[in-house]
Amino acid sequence: MIAQLANRIALSIPVLLGVLALGFALLQLVPGDPAIVLAGPTATEEVVQAIRVEMGLDKSVPHQFVLYLGRLLEGDLGRSLISNKTVASELGAAIGPTAELMVACLAWSIPLGILLGTVAASLRGGVIDRLVMAFSVAGVSLPIFFICLLMIQYLGVEWRLFPFLGRGGPLWTAEGLDHIVLPALSLGLIFVGPVARMTRSSVLEVLKLDHVRTARAKGLSETAVLVRHGLRNALIPVVTLVGLQAGYLLGGAVVTESVFSWPGVGRLAVGAILSSDFPLAQGAILTLAMAFIVINLIVDAAYAALDPRVRGA
Amino acid sequence: MTEAPLLSVEDLRVHFRVEGRVYRAVDGVSFAVERGRTLGVVGESGCGKSVTSLAVMRLVQTPPGVYAGGRVMFDGVDLLTLSARRMRALRGGRMAMIFQEPMTSLNPVYTVGDQIAESLAAHAGLKGAAARARVTELLELVRLPSAAKRASDYPHQLSGGQRQRVMIALALANDPDLLIADEPTTALDVTIQAQVLDLIGDLRARTGAGVLLITHDLGVVAETCDAVAVMYAGRVVETAPVAALFADPQHPYTVGLMAAVPRVDAARGRLETIEGSVPPPWSTAPGCRFASRCPLADARCRAEAPPLAAVSPGHAVACWRAPIEAAA
Repeated sequence: MIAQLANRIALSIPVLLGVLALGFALLQLVPGDPAIVLAGPTATEEVVQAIRVEMGLDKSVPHQFVLYLGRLLEGDLGRSLISNKTVASELGAAIGPTAELMVACLAWSIPLGILLGTVAASLRGGVIDRLVMAFSVAGVSLPIFFICLLMIQYLGVEWRLFPFLGRGGPLWTAEGLDHIVLPALSLGLIFVGPVARMTRSSVLEVLKLDHVRTARAKGLSETAVLVRHGLRNALIPVVTLVGLQAGYLLGGAVVTESVFSWPGVGRLAVGAILSSDFPLAQGAILTLAMAFIVINLIVDAAYAALDPRVRGA
Repeated sequence: MTEAPLLSVEDLRVHFRVEGRVYRAVDGVSFAVERGRTLGVVGESGCGKSVTSLAVMRLVQTPPGVYAGGRVMFDGVDLLTLSARRMRALRGGRMAMIFQEPMTSLNPVYTVGDQIAESLAAHAGLKGAAARARVTELLELVRLPSAAKRASDYPHQLSGGQRQRVMIALALANDPDLLIADEPTTALDVTIQAQVLDLIGDLRARTGAGVLLITHDLGVVAETCDAVAVMYAGRVVETAPVAALFADPQHPYTVGLMAAVPRVDAARGRLETIEGSVPPPWSTAPGCRFASRCPLADARCRAEAPPLAAVSPGHAVACWRAPIEAAA
């Protein structure tokens, strides 16, 4: 298990390098010159040129990338061109709110998806089954920004149930909880559907297996058969799905944070890209890539916890 | 025998409705299992013997299955009329079942000890240390080496024979009066087969349980059963004490079945077969189901199904031409 984990972490290093190279290359395509941004609109050409040389922007792109990697290895993410704060401190302040949003989103959407999928499977073909499936199709089909706008329009503006601008404080305060409801609800909705569908089909598949017949032959109640011998085994593919959806989660977080002015890494990344703040954008991309890797490590650990055959191998 | 049998299946009918057709998988099956004795139910694949065994436990999935008629009397109670709750109390308690597929019959995500303990909790209310002690005792009973350690193994860590021992331990967890074994050795190596059959025999002798052994193997029947019911196409065609059946088979199908057993002492040659094929399970043709393949069939056999009638004490056969001369 430890060896497997070490192996996975080692494998994630080339992934990170790839993300860095791709992010660096993409940022070259964004219009705008960071030297001009830094120098300000009234600076002379000599000043801009001096800043270019100082920042290393006069060198070739591959050379710049190597220099960037070198600084990264020393733990230096650079400084934001806009705020002049270190990228590390900007990211440090944003990671907490993003992690909060992820946890709040997954904490309700995955259990609800599993519950709905299990109920649908046990009442297969009935009205509830069809309702759940229709609901999950809607959840999968609606774009996340549209869900966010609906939430703001109805739950925020019309009915005034929850605030929809910014973060209210840490999660353990009433104000903090109040503010996270709408972003977490919006982001979670894209998860409920896929999880419910996967749970339903997985439970139906497992209920056909021989060991479920053994469980019935033991004299267990249908609920015990469904939960202990159906659902428990069916969760294995569901966990895999959650890992695969981590990308959607992070992408959705970028949109959700922007729409709700949530001070997280996603919003930071969008702002940095729009204002040609390259060091900050690169740092945010790196952080999101690491979040993806960490989520998948957690998924692997959950996989091993659920399936002893994986553990023993 | 004056005492009522432990299990008495009377004219049981289990049909399956699939895509508008009715498959009569079990179509009027009767037999009885006595306490402390083993009844073998023998027949080829698809003859309805597995469905019969599942029906006794009321484990046939409905739908598509339908209990279309008959009674399953267990200790004086008709199981087909019991409430789901009372039936659950019997399953895994007073009646238990061992399945054909040891590789897949255990849940891969729980330890074997937990899976046995689950049955102990459901029926005997045993929990914690008491349950663990009983699990070890059961695994020792089925002669699983280092039983206490094995209890915390997962099924994939055990061999096929070991898993079948676990299945037997599971079935025995609550001292059942009736043990149903559906082809318990089919998926196992020959040497393991003998061990598992010996084990079932020993346990029957020790606990006095009745055993219903489903098999397609006449050798297994000869070695382990007291009585035997031969099934063909959803019906029992012959039932007899095991010695009588082998000495004096009365139904042409039984005779054909015995002739088809390969012998090590015979000259090599083509294996014996029964000509023709089984009628499809949705066939509604009247008469004896074996008529189309039977060398002795006449007009009556094709028109009217023969009832199971006694030819000697304990030996009954469903054939208009019985008693026949031994065909061998």
